[in-house]
Amino acid sequence: MMHLKTEPFVLNMGPVHPSTHGVYRMRATLDGEVVIDIEPVFGYLHRGVEKLAEERTYAGFVPLTDRLDYLSSMSNNLAYVLSVEKLAGIKVPPRADYIRVIMAELQRLANHAIVVGAFVNDCGAFFTPFLYLFREREKILDMFDMVSGQRLTYNYMRIGGVSQDLPADFLPALDKFVRQFKPFLEEFEFLLKDNEILQARTRGVGILDKAMAINCGISGPVARASGIKRDLRKDDPYCGYEKFDFDIPVGEQGDCYDRYRVRVQEMKQSIRIIEQAMAAIPDGPCRAEVPHLVRPPRGDAYGHIEAPKGELGFYLVSDGGIAPYRNHIRPTSLINLTALRQMVRGWKVADLIVIFGSIDITLGEVDR
Amino acid sequence: MTVAIAANDLGAALEEKLPGSVLKAEGDTLCITPESLLDVMTYLKDTPGQEYDYFNYVTAVDFYDHFELVYRLTSTVHNTTVGVKAQLPGRENLSIASVTPLWLGADFQEREIYDLFGISFEGHYNLRRIFLWEGYDGHPLRKDFNR
Repeated sequence: MMHLKTEPFVLNMGPVHPSTHGVYRMRATLDGEVVIDIEPVFGYLHRGVEKLAEERTYAGFVPLTDRLDYLSSMSNNLAYVLSVEKLAGIKVPPRADYIRVIMAELQRLANHAIVVGAFVNDCGAFFTPFLYLFREREKILDMFDMVSGQRLTYNYMRIGGVSQDLPADFLPALDKFVRQFKPFLEEFEFLLKDNEILQARTRGVGILDKAMAINCGISGPVARASGIKRDLRKDDPYCGYEKFDFDIPVGEQGDCYDRYRVRVQEMKQSIRIIEQAMAAIPDGPCRAEVPHLVRPPRGDAYGHIEAPKGELGFYLVSDGGIAPYRNHIRPTSLINLTALRQMVRGWKVADLIVIFGSIDITLGEVDR
Repeated sequence: MTVAIAANDLGAALEEKLPGSVLKAEGDTLCITPESLLDVMTYLKDTPGQEYDYFNYVTAVDFYDHFELVYRLTSTVHNTTVGVKAQLPGRENLSIASVTPLWLGADFQEREIYDLFGISFEGHYNLRRIFLWEGYDGHPLRKDFNR
């Protein structure tokens, strides 16, 4: 066959494109259908959250954390209040820790439900698995609605605990949810695990090796899929995670399929944690006595958690006043995108969509 | 549990290897001279026994008369963590070495600091504004930014 001479050309994907899951743009340089290079373009959702934080009290910033990674607002709340508590040296009552663990793990389930659903959607399983997962996520949102009155931006965590105790009908609802979610997950896995199309689209695609993942600062399920057994719930426990018995699923190859599998396995582990937390939750207050205006001593602190997407942290500097002097957010989504360039080179445009979908980002957190 | 390293011991070891680089060591944080940044980071990353291979974050803080750059590194081998701080005096023509040759993970974060604080990173392969557009006047996270 005659070899055709081709010329590279630039394709702008986004900022408004269904595959980018938000306002994100990839300037892809293509040779025919093969991706030579991509350049990410950010900033469409930049709201200057870190600047806004400097003009708000410590407690007044909690609602803004909801709007960072809006698919896991509970986790953002948690990461922020933990950092403030670290900076100000506030102890949290045990019941609040258990409530926080339950909320964080429910949030992980809700987040992974969207990601896995959107991911298989990108792979061509058009909307059927997505809607099954959305149905389950809906039940989690109903429970969040019970405790916080909100379905997306919860503003539930407070410095020193949580805003209010669990309502009487929460734990029975949670118990019912857990019991029906386990068989659902088995069924869901059975439907997709050995699906030939999913295998063909994801196995061996977009491999991220271990060394590159560490070098790029990747965290969360993406790092674990590349074989890095690192999970802050085990490595740097907070909220009493050391008391729970759970495993850290890791992948072998670091391809898109491993990232998908790790997330599904993590959902099973989250259910395990929720079951243990439900059984052991103590009585008592759910919020420590904290002054209305927290004034942490001069200094700085960095608190971080294992959010559904990876390591989410807040670096706070205090000058002794009622507002942080500096509030830096360590954005998981932005840093996880570093590796995208390395992962997509040499793959086709259709694979670019799949690889991008397997990273799991939220633009609210990327641009802040 | 991630162990916050005692910066005193590390500071003494660094002082032996790179004299004059460490200004202060307190808690888990080393304060170093900005000129020695790349040498210190290379030492922390590549020396057996240290192996700080994971780059958590870098950010800047504006203290009016100087800017402070704050780095945090974690060793996935030893599960230890250390903070590194470097101060840049003044407000104009600020620059410091880029750590992207050591960690690609610093790429977007250094661009963010360049964009929002106006600090340049020497040796960064693609130092352009990241969130705001080229030609935007000012750097919003500076304390004297006028809206």
